[in-house]
Amino acid sequence: MGELRLMKGNEAIAEAAIRVGCDAYFGYPITPQSEVIEYLMAEKPEERTGMVVLQAESEVAAINMVYGAASAGKKVMTSSSSPGISLKQEGISYIAGAELPCLIVNVVRGGPGLGTIQPSQADYFQSVKGGGHGDYKLLVLAPASVQEMSDHVKLGFDLAFKYRNPVLILSDGIIGQMMEKVELFDPIPRDKTIQPWATVGKPETRERNIITSLDLDPYQNEKHNQKLQAKYLQMEAEETLFEKIDCDDAEFIFVAYGCSARIAQKSVQIARSKGIKAGLFRPITLFPFPSKEIASLTPQLKGLLVVEMSAGQMIEDVLLATRKTPQLDVQHFGRFGGVVHSPEEVFEALIQKFNIA
Amino acid sequence: MDINEIIQPENLVYSKTKLLTNKVLSYCPGCGHGTAHRIIMEVVEEMGINSELIGIAPVGCSVLAYEFMNIDMIQAAHGRASAVATGVKRVMPEKYVFSYQGDGDLAAIGTAETIHTCNRGENITIFFVNNGIYGMTGGQMAPTTLAGMKTSTSPYGRNVESMGSPLKITEMIAQLPGVYYVTRQSVHTPTNVRKTKKAVRLAFELQKQNKGLTFIEIVSNCNSGWKMSPVKSNKWMEDNMFPYYPLGDIKVDGKLVK
Repeated sequence: MGELRLMKGNEAIAEAAIRVGCDAYFGYPITPQSEVIEYLMAEKPEERTGMVVLQAESEVAAINMVYGAASAGKKVMTSSSSPGISLKQEGISYIAGAELPCLIVNVVRGGPGLGTIQPSQADYFQSVKGGGHGDYKLLVLAPASVQEMSDHVKLGFDLAFKYRNPVLILSDGIIGQMMEKVELFDPIPRDKTIQPWATVGKPETRERNIITSLDLDPYQNEKHNQKLQAKYLQMEAEETLFEKIDCDDAEFIFVAYGCSARIAQKSVQIARSKGIKAGLFRPITLFPFPSKEIASLTPQLKGLLVVEMSAGQMIEDVLLATRKTPQLDVQHFGRFGGVVHSPEEVFEALIQKFNIA
Repeated sequence: MDINEIIQPENLVYSKTKLLTNKVLSYCPGCGHGTAHRIIMEVVEEMGINSELIGIAPVGCSVLAYEFMNIDMIQAAHGRASAVATGVKRVMPEKYVFSYQGDGDLAAIGTAETIHTCNRGENITIFFVNNGIYGMTGGQMAPTTLAGMKTSTSPYGRNVESMGSPLKITEMIAQLPGVYYVTRQSVHTPTNVRKTKKAVRLAFELQKQNKGLTFIEIVSNCNSGWKMSPVKSNKWMEDNMFPYYPLGDIKVDGKLVK
């Protein structure tokens, strides 16, 4: 059993970063995720593990510092919240194009624009459909608890290095700010392995390493893009994660990730207490999206209610997943702009949208 | 005499450093970039630090610098080279790190990164090639374009009333305590090449001693962008660029000398 602590989600991210042997964190303060860098600075990780923590002059600078440190083959991360993540998109596109591993955390707040500092899930499209320019994908993890905030840091770095691809933890202001019991994993020493592709100084014994996303020749660039797409296909085949709660006999299933899944889990209990066979399907990876698993949910299924704190984003992927069963009723419910739906609201939406007597 | 009889070791008067690749330079004939590349790589070879060196290429004419310099290199987003260099240096403080940037990259889109990297006193070397114009995109106005100078986006000359004055960013960053050595040089004559080479060597030596940021501006020509012959562009540079961007040391041993 690992060490138990009562922590905020943001603090769990920071503590997990130190424990996973992260080499460097670069960030810029923004609510509601500033506790990540505050916790790191207070913990003196340079003394605990030798980890570098630097407050950059902007989110733009921070993601480019990540690009540089990741080019050295190091475990490196940044975190921010929605407007800051928008600023990082150019750098994220470069990192994906140059095939560098890194971890990015988005503690989502309401938008668009400066929006609000209250929680939201309106950055789904930005996270799973690209965000920056070009044909690229991030591996997107959606924690629904403080425990997963910690666990996904470890998982995220494993996946980032397996695929040489940026991994995004798509959290939100609730998961970032709420306190829960978390079982921390035991510290892992920092990995001193020199990656064969890293720019660490060219010895006589090998060709020079170049980190770039530039291919002026379109045919070469197409080849590079095909290589990226093959990687994304492999992710779809090997990395899809999800959780099913009370789905086996369910006639109505909530599809929700992150804190909406936590809320909908309570709505399942309310429905069950009234004799309605409800269940919850929770995607844990948003890319790769568990399309096959959603398509093969129980045959007695009458309806899917996609619950997200947005005007309807993940529902597009659910509709794609169920396009071969057009008779299946797929509906959306969610408060947005920073408003959090209650379990009762979600239950009421189920009753109304599917005309359950 | 057969050419193969001429190509003999005893007849060798000059050879290219092995730290430049055999790739044909993408720079226009007459441009100073090639000379600047050669000088930096010669110093690196003389110091024997190539296996401990990481270079950052910008966006601009020198975006392909990594094709020509035979060392480990990273290509950065436009303006972000010094932030990338910061990331590299912070996780490998024992290595030598430099960025190689043009005026648009360093003094327009990357101004914030430039100033803050300098202000933190990162132990890196910044090479700043200032030719007063956007060369790669076809000769648009740069932050360092001289007053009255014609470019494709200031076709009637840079009007400082509406377009601002040419930015002396080198003098600006020299004010910052984190910056240890600042000099402005050129590479258009053998004398200037020798001076620049000395400056490059000093910068790398200071970097080794963790003295803080070292910054070398190279005022250079852009014969294509300026629409002049190479020879005429160098004369124009002496007559017009040097009075506004005077050559020489600006900060030595952490103290302003100008």
